[in-house]
Amino acid sequence: MSTGEYVPHAPGYVDSPGTKMVTSRFGYEDSYTLERSLATGGYEGLKAALAQAPDACHGITRDATVLGRGGAGFPAGIKWGFCPAEVWPRYLVVNGDESEPGTYKDRLLMERDPHQLIEGCLIACYAIGLSQCFLYVRGEMAIAQQRLADALNEAYEAGYIGKNILGTDFSVDIILHWGAGAYIVGEETALIESLEGNRGMPRLKPPFFPAAVGLYGQPTIVNNVETLANLPWLMVNGADAYKEHGSETSPGTRMFAVSGHVKRPGVYEVEQGITTYEDLIYGDDYCQGIRDGHELKMFIPGGGSAPWLFPEHVSLPLEARPVGAAGTMLGSGAIVIMDDSTDAVKACLRVVRFFARESCGKCAPCREGTSWEEKILQRILDGNGRPEDIDLLLDVADNISPGPYPVASDESQGLEAVPFPPRQTTICPLGPSSVAPITSAIRRFRHEFDAKISGVPVEVGS
Amino acid sequence: MTATEPEAEVVADGVPVTIDGVEILANKGELLIAAAERHGVYIPRFCYHPRMKPVGMCRMCLVEVDTGRGPGLQPSCMLPVSDGMTVLTESDVTKKAQDGVLEFLLINHPLDCPVCDKGGECPLQDQTMAFGPGESRFVEEKRHFKKPIPISDIVYLDRERCILCDRCTRFASEVAGDPLIHFQARGNQTEVNTFPDEPFSSYFSGNTVQICPVGALTAKPYRFKARPWDLSEIASTATLDAVGSRITVQSSRNQVLRYLGVDSDPVNWGWLSDKERFSFEAWNSDARLTQPLLRGDSLGNPTDEGDQLVAGSWALALTKVAEALDGVEPERIAVFGGARMTNEGQYAWAKLIKSVLRTDNVDAQLGDGAGGKALLSLPRTTIDAACTPGGTVVVLGADPKETHGSLFLRLRHAAENDGASIIEIAPRSSGLAPYATSSLYPVPGELDQLVDALGDPFGDAAGVDGDDIAAVSERLRNEESFTVVVGSGSLGDSPAVIERAVLRMAALFPNASFLPALHRGNVMGALDMGLAPGLLPGRQAVGPEAPGTWANTPAMEGLDTTAMLHLAEEGGIDVAILLGCDPLTDFPDAGLAERGFNKVSHLVAVDSLLNFTSTGADIVFPAAASATEVDGTFTNIEGRLSPISRKVTPPGTARADWMIAVEIAAQLGVDLGFIDIDELWADLAAASPLHSGVALGDVMAADTDGVLLTGTSIDSVEPPAVDVPNSSDLRLVVTRKMYDEGTILTHCPSLNQLAAGASASVNPTHFSALGFSEGDEVKVTSQSGSVTVPVISDPGVPAGAVAIEFNQPNASAASLLDSARTVTTVSLERVS
Repeated sequence: MSTGEYVPHAPGYVDSPGTKMVTSRFGYEDSYTLERSLATGGYEGLKAALAQAPDACHGITRDATVLGRGGAGFPAGIKWGFCPAEVWPRYLVVNGDESEPGTYKDRLLMERDPHQLIEGCLIACYAIGLSQCFLYVRGEMAIAQQRLADALNEAYEAGYIGKNILGTDFSVDIILHWGAGAYIVGEETALIESLEGNRGMPRLKPPFFPAAVGLYGQPTIVNNVETLANLPWLMVNGADAYKEHGSETSPGTRMFAVSGHVKRPGVYEVEQGITTYEDLIYGDDYCQGIRDGHELKMFIPGGGSAPWLFPEHVSLPLEARPVGAAGTMLGSGAIVIMDDSTDAVKACLRVVRFFARESCGKCAPCREGTSWEEKILQRILDGNGRPEDIDLLLDVADNISPGPYPVASDESQGLEAVPFPPRQTTICPLGPSSVAPITSAIRRFRHEFDAKISGVPVEVGS
Repeated sequence: MTATEPEAEVVADGVPVTIDGVEILANKGELLIAAAERHGVYIPRFCYHPRMKPVGMCRMCLVEVDTGRGPGLQPSCMLPVSDGMTVLTESDVTKKAQDGVLEFLLINHPLDCPVCDKGGECPLQDQTMAFGPGESRFVEEKRHFKKPIPISDIVYLDRERCILCDRCTRFASEVAGDPLIHFQARGNQTEVNTFPDEPFSSYFSGNTVQICPVGALTAKPYRFKARPWDLSEIASTATLDAVGSRITVQSSRNQVLRYLGVDSDPVNWGWLSDKERFSFEAWNSDARLTQPLLRGDSLGNPTDEGDQLVAGSWALALTKVAEALDGVEPERIAVFGGARMTNEGQYAWAKLIKSVLRTDNVDAQLGDGAGGKALLSLPRTTIDAACTPGGTVVVLGADPKETHGSLFLRLRHAAENDGASIIEIAPRSSGLAPYATSSLYPVPGELDQLVDALGDPFGDAAGVDGDDIAAVSERLRNEESFTVVVGSGSLGDSPAVIERAVLRMAALFPNASFLPALHRGNVMGALDMGLAPGLLPGRQAVGPEAPGTWANTPAMEGLDTTAMLHLAEEGGIDVAILLGCDPLTDFPDAGLAERGFNKVSHLVAVDSLLNFTSTGADIVFPAAASATEVDGTFTNIEGRLSPISRKVTPPGTARADWMIAVEIAAQLGVDLGFIDIDELWADLAAASPLHSGVALGDVMAADTDGVLLTGTSIDSVEPPAVDVPNSSDLRLVVTRKMYDEGTILTHCPSLNQLAAGASASVNPTHFSALGFSEGDEVKVTSQSGSVTVPVISDPGVPAGAVAIEFNQPNASAASLLDSARTVTTVSLERVS
């Protein structure tokens, strides 16, 4: 059906040097077919896994320290271990509801290489003895849906899924579920609610730690798409080979989705921990710098929920812990670059509006607070701001996320960083996420807010 | 579910928790918010409700908690206590968070308190005063929705006022099992609403109005009727069904405006059915009887030959009654009804009937269910015992969802949350079917055969699969104890069927105890007071010895409703007395009732509202409404005594039922021995061993648990003989619905349009075999009459049966029934 030609620049993805653990097939036009997958080592990881005891596969994953790629960065092998023994049935839920502003890595993984994800799911199910797998894909991702559905059909037909997989005793079913387009469903307990057919609203932990009380009240492992996509490579090459990449605390590669004012935006697979933001933004193999004639003003280092960083922070490594200590988060690996043409108030409003619209409506502080923030920011932008609005904004933010909010250091003002994560008066972190752009923008660009309020225009780039 | 038990017993291994510097001992597993409240620390809240699962939605109950990892804000409604927990409910951090949440809840709240029904009793208003900031910092435009929209025939929703606490929606799905309202849309536009074209038509919708912490939900009967500060209230008991739900009656300017459910732990947990909650409307009706009525002419003058009812004086009415009763043989007197009165009314009337008139022909049940003597012979139990976690409940010929709303909610909770198993043995699938572990639907007239088979399974019986019978039988035999909720069975069967079934159940299963779920409010009081053939007050059998101050007892055991009507039909009844009942529409053999009452020489009625039967009476005494206009007591299905309180004065010259009995006795030259209810109770205590240890004051002052009466002196009753039907014709099942054409309901403006109408439901196999299609009208014909109704395919109806609802606006199933037969057979014929 296709030429099978490897092109270096598939849509949305930029081929860069270095080991490719999860994006190796992205360049092929027919990368999503079983034919291409098998021709390029597909399902070899599953075969390698099935040749070992399940415990051994779990052990490899634990030894390799595969960190969760959804945002929290919790080691998958340890998470799997939370699944209580001898409780059946138990489920794997794949979180494919990727909706964090700026993030589009999972979409590519599902669109470009659905078999790799399926293989990862099968390995996880085998390793921890899960009874069934549910693939939850974001509602808007029509192509990913279609390709996953086709891939599942192909894999069922070829005997990779279903009863007695590849002639072994191992049997598992994978069920594809299409979300209805709610950001909050990316939160694992809300995803489980949605999967059960309820309105997607987060559950309180405890008692609803999914590993103990999850889907239909049974033990449930919720893993991110990229996390599972790492497993085939890991099973083929082993934990030691895996740890040769990346840093000691964050081994392996990671996909980063860069958007905004860079010359070459896209998804890059890079070695985490040893690559820095600077490498990624300015490197010739990567984004090739800020667009001509402009300078970096600020950037969102890990998805819309992350507090902003500024030009002096670009030397931070792409690794969860140092970024967290710097007052923000690596999150889902979405990097949004904003140059000096960006209006800080407008940027702030744009992110806040997202959270206001996507609040599930459960907790009062988030439901009411985020839209109040949006209204105040809109009013300031419309020229109807009052001097007290800045303090009001900060206090409304404080009522959603009390206490000092995580924020990067600001050497120009002699301010220390407040490390991640924020505190919250809500069940899930959506409400507090709306505070990130507010505290970041006001701390650094208060003069831009003042100017809009006082009516004296301020030059923001050109 | 300790989480939903607000009054969990203090256990020895309590959990020490420090709240605001004071160490308290909380119960294991108790939620922090409940533990704090029990120890006098009120943490503000909106979404938390002790009878529902916590959701942590409003965030108002955030407090600073330290469990050893440093202090942090935690929602106290979601947090079980843990050893050594330190809690600060007044710290600066806590106050700031609570202030913040209140401000958030208020920014889009319309603050239309001056025109809001909730104003004055509004938790949002109260907590804003107690915990909130003084003024608003919100200068933006508030959120707008269309002002109140009806979400059902009774309930209105104002989404602008709603603070999205999830109480109504949780109640609907979690407590009532009617998930018809839910959150819609997202973020700040989130709203509660119904699904398109599916109204919130729940039997329990009124509870959502009561638990709404703001004025978002209002009920039609109370909207714009009063301000809370104009209301006065009194604790009482709901009298429409026999559960004895505890309520608060609220009135303004001598008019009852609202019932609120009271959380009585052993009884109704604060919940009421809508029928119960809004039934007070009937007592405010303009149709209330305000003075005695007598036969008279068109000029309004009383004459014995008059063809209509005209107003008369009490003196004349009493004279006429005495004349009618003068010299009549006791066995030629028949008394119907009495289940709508207070215990006191029932006792006074029982004494008048049995000791003064010396007749035993009295029946409060009107052919509904097993006989009183049989029921009182059974080992009884409580609702709590029935709902024991992990226990087993047999629902025998009952449909609590239709007839005993708050009992249904308790049973549903037990099944859904506490692991109780419900075994449904019913003439057709009941409201408990979705929660039942086994459902057995015997063919009409063979319920007792099925019970026999449960005692000794031998294969298929009564149309039920033998394996199912064997499984239930084994389960019941192996239970240490279980409860049988026994209802009226099918009104299409002879009452002997359900009576034999329940007596056989008791004989076969010594591990069973019983909860009689009979129709009509104080029916168990009526049985305990002796308003049934063969009974004397205090669950005693009629015998030669007169109890207490009674001069006599009836010479012989009397007749039940069916037998009285048969005797009347033959001209054997001279005087019939109706005590708040309407046998022409409410007795399950309309033809017999009509023929019987046509032959009665003198018909006397005591009632608050005129009905179809009493319209034909010669003398009508206006009675005060037992629900709200008299002081007295109520006996529920458990035998629990609870107070009924007078809140308003009766209209006109209407008087309490017991006073009318005293007056009639006096007119007959007999002093009943009491002129107030204290004296009446002294008389009762002397006559009834059951009540002798209970002082009226104890009942009236009782907390919400009431006073439970136990024990019986009725020996075991021999099961009646039942002719085994052997007809292969279609047999009729007739069951009651919550909403029907009953006298009280038809006088409630908010409820009288809710009766859905009768239909003929048949098993799908018959439905297709008979060639029906959805929407067909059929003529159902029995030997007694016929009705035309829509036909429906329903797998919950046993094969070989046709099920019709009783007393509906489009059809009177009573006209099909023949009480002389074990079952009524019918034929179906398509008419459209």
